[in-house]
Amino acid sequence: MSEPLWIAVCHRDDVIPDGGACVFYEGIQIAVFRIAARDEWYAVQNRCPHWNEQVLWRGMTGERDGEPKVACPMHKRTFSLRTGAAFAGDTPDLLTFPVRVVADGRVFVGVPSAEVVARERTAATHAPCGRAE
Amino acid sequence: MKQTVVVVGNGMVGQRFCALLRETRGCERFRIVVLGEEPRPAYDRVHLTEYFSGKSAADLEIAPRSWYRDQGIELRVGTPAIAVDRGRRVVAAGGGLEVRYDHLVLATGSAPFVPPLPGIDRRGVFVYRTIEDLDAIRDAAASRQSAAVIGGGLLGLEAAKALYDLGLSAHVVEAAPWLMPRQLDRDGAELLAAKIRALGVQVHTNKRTNEIIGTESGGMRFCFDGGESLDVDLIVVSAGIKPRQELAAGCGLELGPRGGIAVDATMRTSDPTIFAIGECASHDGTVYGLVAPGFEMADVAAAQIAGFDKSFRAGDLSTKLKLLGVEVASIGESTAPQTMEHTHVAVRDEVAGVYKKLIVRRETRTLIGAVLVGDTSDYANLLGLFRRAEPLPERPLSLIVDGTAVRGGEGAELTGDSLLCTCNNVTVDDVVTAVAGGAVTMPAIQACTKATTGCGGCGPQIKQVLERELQRAGVEVRKQICEHFALRRQELFDLVRVRGFHTYSEVLTQCGRGGGCEVCKPVVASILASIHAEPASEQPVIQDTNDRFLANIQRGGTYSVIPRIPGGEITAEKLIAIGEVARRYNLYVKITGGQRIDMLGARLDQLPDIWEDLVTAGFESGHAYAKAMRTVKSCVGSTWCRYGVLDSVGFAIRVEERYKGLRAPHKLKSAVSGCIRECAEARSKDFGIIATSEGWNLYVCGNGGSKPRHAVLLAAGIDDETCLRYIDRFLMFYIRTADPLTRTARWLEELDGGIDYLRAVIIDDVLGIGAQLDAEMQAAVDGYRCEWAEVVNDPEKRSRFRAFVNASESDPSIAFADERGQIRPSSGGGAISLPPVNGGPHEDAPVRFEEARHV
Ligand code: SRM
Ligand SMILES: Cc1cc2nc3c(=O)[nH]c(=O)nc-3n(C[C@H](O)[C@H](O)[C@H](O)COP(=O)(O)OP(=O)(O)OC[C@H]3O[C@@H](n4cnc5c(N)ncnc54)[C@H](O)[C@@H]3O)c2cc1C
Ligand code: SF4
Ligand code: FES
Repeated sequence: MSEPLWIAVCHRDDVIPDGGACVFYEGIQIAVFRIAARDEWYAVQNRCPHWNEQVLWRGMTGERDGEPKVACPMHKRTFSLRTGAAFAGDTPDLLTFPVRVVADGRVFVGVPSAEVVARERTAATHAPCGRAE
Repeated sequence: MKQTVVVVGNGMVGQRFCALLRETRGCERFRIVVLGEEPRPAYDRVHLTEYFSGKSAADLEIAPRSWYRDQGIELRVGTPAIAVDRGRRVVAAGGGLEVRYDHLVLATGSAPFVPPLPGIDRRGVFVYRTIEDLDAIRDAAASRQSAAVIGGGLLGLEAAKALYDLGLSAHVVEAAPWLMPRQLDRDGAELLAAKIRALGVQVHTNKRTNEIIGTESGGMRFCFDGGESLDVDLIVVSAGIKPRQELAAGCGLELGPRGGIAVDATMRTSDPTIFAIGECASHDGTVYGLVAPGFEMADVAAAQIAGFDKSFRAGDLSTKLKLLGVEVASIGESTAPQTMEHTHVAVRDEVAGVYKKLIVRRETRTLIGAVLVGDTSDYANLLGLFRRAEPLPERPLSLIVDGTAVRGGEGAELTGDSLLCTCNNVTVDDVVTAVAGGAVTMPAIQACTKATTGCGGCGPQIKQVLERELQRAGVEVRKQICEHFALRRQELFDLVRVRGFHTYSEVLTQCGRGGGCEVCKPVVASILASIHAEPASEQPVIQDTNDRFLANIQRGGTYSVIPRIPGGEITAEKLIAIGEVARRYNLYVKITGGQRIDMLGARLDQLPDIWEDLVTAGFESGHAYAKAMRTVKSCVGSTWCRYGVLDSVGFAIRVEERYKGLRAPHKLKSAVSGCIRECAEARSKDFGIIATSEGWNLYVCGNGGSKPRHAVLLAAGIDDETCLRYIDRFLMFYIRTADPLTRTARWLEELDGGIDYLRAVIIDDVLGIGAQLDAEMQAAVDGYRCEWAEVVNDPEKRSRFRAFVNASESDPSIAFADERGQIRPSSGGGAISLPPVNGGPHEDAPVRFEEARHV
């Protein structure tokens, strides 16, 4: 796999410990999480595939059998931050993105390819609207 | 050919007979026909009073109609038996029905005894035995203020409790010199009376009623011997029972010397094909007014009819009950006086409110009777000693003074043959056997041993034995919070309180393991907030999203804004301010079900600006997003309403100001109504207050929502300060002990001892923690800060409300459409698997219950 495109998104102090922040890039939203105790950083798509809500960065982080995870604030679906896998069977998995924090504290998110970005952008804009019109 | 067993009467004993007969070997050869006079199948008469505290007729039903069908029992309700033709062996019943029998079982129970007083037939005089009686009382009570019960026996006190629970000022009128003269001695009864008076129920003993007359105001007046009188609006007669023997008398069966249908030890009447069981039967001249001997009679009759040998052992009338929250027990000859033959050993502790007396046969040093008031924890032990006629220890006083042998050890100290359920004769061993046989839940134990199905008083003890057995078997019975905390919320609460932890990471490293999750984080957050009155904005990442951003997240990812409007009272100025804010930020506006105003459609980055405007206009956070005190609704009350008796708005505001923002295991709601019409719906709240001419009535543990429940009366006729003190203690006790996401109604359902225990903790301070609860609540009240004002004034906290860390714009994915002149979300909410329900925020509610489940 080719080296992703690394984009600088913020400073480490912009993300509160054990919390998340949201990054806007080329029309897609990426949720960045900081797990303080292990000093680990993760990034996943911000869109929760359950109801297509752009809310995951506002979810609570945690751990399940040692696996870092995030719970969607809407209906509490949980996902592995490492693999993006949904813990509940009926929900699709998340896209994950690599994260790097450099010595001066800048946080970089790696975007795999233009196709991935385009696919996520399409998914976000064409999300079905749940209401009967 | 099948033999026909006809059962007349489908009460508690008649139903039990049917069940037992169906369980007997060879029962297939019987056809069972049941004739019941009441319009419904048998229900739990012993717990009839709970019909007034939230149980429905269906809840009280002993077995549903389908049970009778499944058992092949032909049940005809609303069909009284009218006559028995013993020659033809036919029972004639209502509707022209005639049934031929091979065996006839009379289980006709008894009727209330109504003393023949002049005026006793007035309208407004009721009896207390059936659901229909209770319906009539409830209907009448709605428009009345006071009520009296004639009769200070067991049933009379039970009825007084019901009237008291209905919010009436209640009186008990007893002709004998003290209450419960058949079970208690004077000292015990006086202590009981003092406790009942302290609750606000008036006790009048030694009062013979000459006449009941009408008063000008439409009420009734008791005219007592000696010229005294008492005015009330409603009367309930509970002066004893008289066996329903009319059917038996009509066909010439022999009757007992003091009434009742005479039976021998096999439950046969003077006609060997006819049996009588339950409260209509007289065995050896005694009519038993309790359910346990009735069940034993049912057992004997079923065995006899099926051809087995069983006979009735004259039961004793030992009982243990809780009357108006006071524990009372009597064993054996509890009223036997001191003689050459018998001596008394007694303690009377006025401080603790406990009275215990043993009646001991001098010669053999055996127990022949006992009275316990205020503390019945020695009952099982003493009953065992009594039944086994064992000689008592050298100093019998040690049995009742310390009582540790039974009380301290609880389940662990009971011996195998200790009787737990006296209604159904279930011993510790029976429960142990049931658990070993796979009955590992209370309902399962109930089903196979019948324990707790009588008076239910043994429930806590049975549960103890069950838990002990499960523990022995290595089964985890703890309700732990999640994989990171092997503790119950209550234990964690105590640890945090005692060790003074302030942060989640401290709590996790000291008491938990691993990295935490979305279950334990909000639980710890709520505990920290309850103890330290800490605003949710202090540790945002351990809060649910709603608490983290101090607003409820909505479809499309926007938020709602609900400012506090205490008591629902609002000035025109403030209304205009809300209108202006809504217009400025283009928010959708709606009046909530909680007498406040909701503004929806706020983007995350707008929240601080919106709240800055609201705070400037004098508003505070409404905590609609938090597991915390929400609203105190009010009706207009005495200031304006022509019926109002107290200022419900003023008091509602005072209550809301006191508890605003208080964090709890679940949300808290309250209301204050200005009179009994109850326009504020206070009884559907976690705590509700209703004005009466005597003061406030405080109700607790009500709930709307998916499982509604009416709040039950905690205290009646109290003033403002007492009311607040009781609420302080109630809330703190709940906050300390409830499991996460458990509303007060569910908490009370799980609380051993129920409302009576709660009352004892709050009012009588039986745990001795009253002062501590008071102090904790005061600290919480003093520590209150508006968390939105804090965010508005703190640039660091404000900066958390950014949509993106790397861009200053708002979330472009949020979109709105127009509906009836306002906005509505048109983005997100892409329900793929869940079909849309009629719109509105409550669609989300089921998910919240899922959440509650894994805690
Ligand atoms: C806004 C409001 C509806 C309205 O427009 O009227 C409302 C809205 C919500 N209710 Fe409610 N409830 C509202 C009054 C009520 C009432 C009526 C009342 O309080 O008098 C009830 C029944 C009374 C009760 O609670 O006992 C009520 C019973 C519930 C329940 C069921 C609770 C239960 O114990 O069964 C939930 C679910 C829960 O809390 O788990 C719920 C949950 C919710 C949530 C928080 C669901 C959620 O998590 O998003 C909704 C938030 C929407 C929002 O942010 O505005 N809401 N909800 C009302 C706000 C009142 C207020 O001023 O604060
Ligand atoms: C409020 C209250 C509280 C009580 N608390 C306790 C307690 O704590 N502990 C305790 O041990 N006991 C208590 N009791 C007493 C207990 O309820 C009775 O002992 C028990 O119900 C007796 O059962 P039974 O079947 O004999 O009579 P019932 O339950 O009265 O049933 C008799 C049934 O027969 C029907 N019937 C009568 N005549 C006819 C006819 N001719 N044809 C058809 N049907 C007929 C009646 O309508 C009734 O439905 C309490 C009673 C009341 C009212
Ligand atoms: S509860 Fe009573 S006082 Fe209050 S509005 Fe209704 S009628 Fe008036
Ligand atoms: S939208 Fe994320 S769980 Fe439903």
